[in-house]
Amino acid sequence: MDLAQQWEKPQLSLLGTRALLFEAPGPLGLENQQRIWALAEYADGLPGLAESVPGMNNLMLVFATPPEEPEQLFTQLLSQWRLNQRKTLRGKTVELSVHYGGEFGPHLRDVAEHSGLSVSEVIARHSAPLYPVYALGSHPGYCYLGNMDPRIATPRRQTPLISIPGGAVSIGGLQTGVSASAGPSGWNTIGHTDFIFFDACARPPVTLLPGDNIVFNAVGVSA
Amino acid sequence: MIVIEKTTPLSSVQDLGRAGGLHYGVGTAGAMDPLALQLGNALLGNAPNAAAIEIPLFPVQVRFTDDCCFAVTGHDGRVMLDDVMLPFWWSAQARKGQRLTLHASSRITRAYLHLPGGIDVPEVLGSRSTQLRGEFGGFQGRGLHSGDRLRAAAPQQGGPVGFGIMPPWSALGVANTPVPMIRVLPAAEYDIFTEVSCRAFWHQAWHITPQSNRYGYRLSGEPLIAKVPLEMRSHGIVPGVIQVPHNGQPIIQMRDAQPSGGYPKLGTVIDADMWLLGQIPVGSQVRFIQVSYQQAREAGRQQLAYLQNAIAQIACHRRYAG
Repeated sequence: MDLAQQWEKPQLSLLGTRALLFEAPGPLGLENQQRIWALAEYADGLPGLAESVPGMNNLMLVFATPPEEPEQLFTQLLSQWRLNQRKTLRGKTVELSVHYGGEFGPHLRDVAEHSGLSVSEVIARHSAPLYPVYALGSHPGYCYLGNMDPRIATPRRQTPLISIPGGAVSIGGLQTGVSASAGPSGWNTIGHTDFIFFDACARPPVTLLPGDNIVFNAVGVSA
Repeated sequence: MIVIEKTTPLSSVQDLGRAGGLHYGVGTAGAMDPLALQLGNALLGNAPNAAAIEIPLFPVQVRFTDDCCFAVTGHDGRVMLDDVMLPFWWSAQARKGQRLTLHASSRITRAYLHLPGGIDVPEVLGSRSTQLRGEFGGFQGRGLHSGDRLRAAAPQQGGPVGFGIMPPWSALGVANTPVPMIRVLPAAEYDIFTEVSCRAFWHQAWHITPQSNRYGYRLSGEPLIAKVPLEMRSHGIVPGVIQVPHNGQPIIQMRDAQPSGGYPKLGTVIDADMWLLGQIPVGSQVRFIQVSYQQAREAGRQQLAYLQNAIAQIACHRRYAG
């Protein structure tokens, strides 16, 4: 269940004394994300904040030092949000070749079963859209993408896996993405791609940024 | 320079961590016990953020290829320089060819080995901490192996050795509780858990399972049940956040945690208690105690005052004993 759909106004909460989280209400989408990008830009100009970290229609703000009264900051952010400003980012589009299923897509069938679709329908629906990069997170270079077909949404797994390989294409709830390196994940892995998302020595160290787009191109399917 | 003669790959080079990369997906990494890191640096006259070797599994043995001073902090296991036992939380002088061996402690997990000026590894994206997931930073972006040779950043840095300090678990009076109490601030999804589950969270002792590491502490106990199964949109998180996946067994994000998550958040371990949590061994138990934002902030202030005072005293001793 996606609570944000039912909210009437943004939700603000604290992550201990280290950060706050601003969550936009309404359907998950690009319009909300453009407002989040604008809010992040506004927050970058506020004193006492160390970093703004956009997520999926939400924004984490890391404190330089814990504010005396975080409620003041909450109020400022809410008034800024009500101005309804948007920031449009137009980046590049990259095509990623994906091998679906088999050894590197062990949960493809689970997604098909959960959505009541055939495996080939899941692949067709997964490789159809143009996916905008909304935000980076999770691990170095990882892109959170918008625009997944809700018909193939599948809940995160009961118990997160200790490690899935780099290049793993996966679905978690209403989202899809590609692991930039091997590591733990609670998502359903449906395929594999070779693409370099991160290079610590490059400036910036990431290949894709918010506003860029990804297209998945199905180049192989294993049962 | 030191040569690592015996280690597990879980030993890693860490400083206070990497700031400002969360929006690239780069987590903070950094020492699990930042108090030990900073106090150990103070013993040698290093900057507080100088890098040290963090050691969670023992024994670890290193050989000095030159005369070099060093300090060991963090745990209370046996520290042997050749066949001489050193006090814990101590600085000492090693001669060329001497071997330093660190042994496990039953109640404190991690030791830190400090060298003059810190461990000399390149700064990557603003830090010397090992980013294990990204395979960069630290020593060649990985945990240590036998045969690795590490250099001190300021091998000639002088000053007195042969003194130590009282460890924070004694100084702060947290050593004598059989089950450590960790302070937690409730988080955004606290109210979606049933009342029974919220009570269970505060009242039961949680077991730290063997699947716990620098990424996260996976706890086991009576499962925490949400009134409605929730999928959060992926959002930024920080070390200390307690996520509850659908199986009801909480996971506390630690220093190598990913900077974003999507499971419901029941609470956040306060910053001032992260060092203590990072020192509690796998297989033992913890309890949680609820605090308010202002209490958490005050705890942070007190800890900073303790740390600054201890560092000032060490600096004073170095000045007059040297």
